[in-house]
Amino acid sequence: MIKIDTPLDDGKIIKLHAGDEVIIGGVVYTARDKAHKRFIETLRKGDKLPFDIAGQIIFYAGPAPAKPGEVIGSIGPTTSSRMDSFALELLEHGLKGMIGKGPRSKEVKEAMVEHKAVYFTATGGVAALLSQYVKRAKIVAYEDLGPEAVYELEIEDFPVVVAVDCRGNDFYVESSKIWSHE
Amino acid sequence: MKKINVKELAEAIEKLCIESNYNLRSDVFHALRNSLNVEESKIGRVIIKQIIKNAELACAKQLPICQDCGIVNILLKIGQDVVLIGGTVEEAVNEGVRKGYGRGFLRKSVVCDPCFERKNTGDNTPAIISQRIVPGDSIRVAVMPKGGGSENVSVVKMLLPGDGPEGIKRVVLQAVKDAKANPCPPVVVGVGIGGTFDSVGFLAKKALFRNINERNSDERYAVLEMNLLDDINSLGIGPSGLGGKITALAVNIETFPCHMACLPVAVNFGCCALRSAECVL
Repeated sequence: MIKIDTPLDDGKIIKLHAGDEVIIGGVVYTARDKAHKRFIETLRKGDKLPFDIAGQIIFYAGPAPAKPGEVIGSIGPTTSSRMDSFALELLEHGLKGMIGKGPRSKEVKEAMVEHKAVYFTATGGVAALLSQYVKRAKIVAYEDLGPEAVYELEIEDFPVVVAVDCRGNDFYVESSKIWSHE
Repeated sequence: MKKINVKELAEAIEKLCIESNYNLRSDVFHALRNSLNVEESKIGRVIIKQIIKNAELACAKQLPICQDCGIVNILLKIGQDVVLIGGTVEEAVNEGVRKGYGRGFLRKSVVCDPCFERKNTGDNTPAIISQRIVPGDSIRVAVMPKGGGSENVSVVKMLLPGDGPEGIKRVVLQAVKDAKANPCPPVVVGVGIGGTFDSVGFLAKKALFRNINERNSDERYAVLEMNLLDDINSLGIGPSGLGGKITALAVNIETFPCHMACLPVAVNFGCCALRSAECVL
């Protein structure tokens, strides 16, 4: 088990390999489809994003509402490929990590190699469990989007697996070769 | 004739929405536990254990199993000797969903217009309602909150009669291969065979409501279910798509007669957090 803290830099990212089990600590930002659309519109207008994206991790997630006394409701990864077309520009602007589920496009993987970034997968369907690793949560942008608003989360020991590393190695591809008996 | 006030229906649906989102189905829970006897992949085992721990935690703390509390699919079997009073069924169903998703702190994931506006309706309505009139004087209500990830990879294919069982296998296996990690494996694969273009999708959804330990009552389809499960678990996709022997927990097939020129097939995926609950009024 490897432990890393955000923000990320090339030194931390280089040490991660596809298939590594990692626990993440520090601040990450949630964003789904609609928030990504707004990010790109903002960047294309030449405006600033609602948070400094350099070195940061975006978690593709929209939480359930928090019950009274809870930091956040259940939270887990959504399908990453829906964000593929947006990820390229964000990587150009310094995004260093993404947490989601499912494979990424060839273009995203190439951009990750070019900009030295890492893609983690968290387990889908275990959102009550994952919410326990969130220590603080606040909405920092697009509150009108409801569950699709951008949350700044402080996480501790948040469990993920490196799905694609900064060399472009894809654990989805590698592991299916090992386990397929077709 | 038995009079049932639709308020009772609304209250039942409110309760079932919360119950199904907090409590993993016991058939799915036990299948996950049993899958640890088979899964050899190290990461696969870690993931299955997370799924089991999550289900226990969600139940104990009464939290949604998954942040995606889904769009609500509702099956109503309404006895023909029942007279419904006090309002319309559709309004009562949506009132139940509205209250359940509010009181249960469940995520609201429904947008009003599919193509242009896509504004969240704010209360997870409307539900997808399927109703049948059946003999009797009671109403059977079944609720299934269904997440987007597993719906997005689902498939309808109009095969030709000559494609036969081999054609059906090809469609199902291709759907699982294309779905990869996206429907949150280990999945339950609902397969509809027969009917028409529109109804075969419903058959596949209906298959997901069935207990996953129950095989199709027609032995030929029961064998097809078991063969498909073996073939799917040979693909190596594994838990979370990170490789392993357990890609699916079960294949449930539902069938209906069809036109002599047709062989419709539908595949509806249920994620590892397959949720449903039912009651009788």
